[in-house]
Amino acid sequence: MSYPQPHPRFSVLSNSSLSSAEHLSPASSSRFSLPSAPSINTATTPKPGVRPNIYDRPLNKTRNAEVSAAAFAFMFSEIVQYTQKRVSGINDLERRLNTLGYRIGTRVLELMAWRNESAAKAPKRETRFLPALMSIHTHVWRAVFGKPADAIEKSVENADEYMIIDNDPPITRNISVPRDMSSLSCSSFTAGIVEAVLDGLGFSARVTAHNTPNDQYPNRTTILIKLEKSVLEREEALKT
Amino acid sequence: MAIFGLWVINKAGGLVYERSFGDGLPHLTSNEYLVLAGTLHGIHAITSRLSPTGSSSGAHVISGETFKMNILLTATGTKFVLLTSLVEPTADSMLQKVYEIYADAVMKNPFHTPEMPIRSEAFDTRITTLLG
Repeated sequence: MSYPQPHPRFSVLSNSSLSSAEHLSPASSSRFSLPSAPSINTATTPKPGVRPNIYDRPLNKTRNAEVSAAAFAFMFSEIVQYTQKRVSGINDLERRLNTLGYRIGTRVLELMAWRNESAAKAPKRETRFLPALMSIHTHVWRAVFGKPADAIEKSVENADEYMIIDNDPPITRNISVPRDMSSLSCSSFTAGIVEAVLDGLGFSARVTAHNTPNDQYPNRTTILIKLEKSVLEREEALKT
Repeated sequence: MAIFGLWVINKAGGLVYERSFGDGLPHLTSNEYLVLAGTLHGIHAITSRLSPTGSSSGAHVISGETFKMNILLTATGTKFVLLTSLVEPTADSMLQKVYEIYADAVMKNPFHTPEMPIRSEAFDTRITTLLG
């Protein structure tokens, strides 16, 4: 499968924000760059008393480890503030958050596949869209947020749109968006994670986040997935 | 047994949040509130140096004939002041809860500027649920 033009998701930043791009990333292709971490050298044995670097640690050790929600909330708050200083508008800010989430999503997918399938006798991956969506709704959400999402919906008007609904997303629980930016949804970060997982599974899509509050859940958020035409065509062809 | 009002005073003595509950409190202008907060800040700074035995965290309660002011000084210098009736046994625990809400809804909110007036809807709603 080839794309007629460079796939839009691989160009990290659109032209509108190229001027401010270097603030976010020194390298031009930033989405997959590693931080300048300690060398990934497994040949030398670590000295006793020296902590092994993060890449050498067993992956399953942190499987059930939990992250402090408060510490994460403060960090995410700083991320939003940092990003906000370097963008020109709400759309730009949402796309930056999406990009940051994308980098997490690629790792989440890899880690989940490794943890769930490496021990299985017949390792598999999702090749059809609906099971993939279900797996994002339950497994990805549980791995990232510790609880499954609240609902999946299919758009009535557009055949290529699906929605994942979270009634109270943990990462935006403490965020009150000012009135003049009311269309901003910081869950764009989550949208980026979903987009990366879908991309990794071969379902190219454009994923965005929208506030859809109701009386019971003021923080209710909808993650809107707009699939590419090629994906729908393939699903149609795979139908038996 | 009533809660009349809540003030939050930043570490420089500026009033960053003010709420009245019920119609117990007479209406003051925002300027009067600012002066009150600044004065209280000054008084509090002096009382913290009055202790005859070692260091002190300053005044906790200032009471009048019909009401009292409960003051909670946090480690960062932010002060929470709760105006209540004379017999209000829950004042201290209420202040702790207000502090907790402040930490959640204000300090973790990326759209809040430290030391500036609090304009967070979530803070308002949660304070209303707690005290209103």
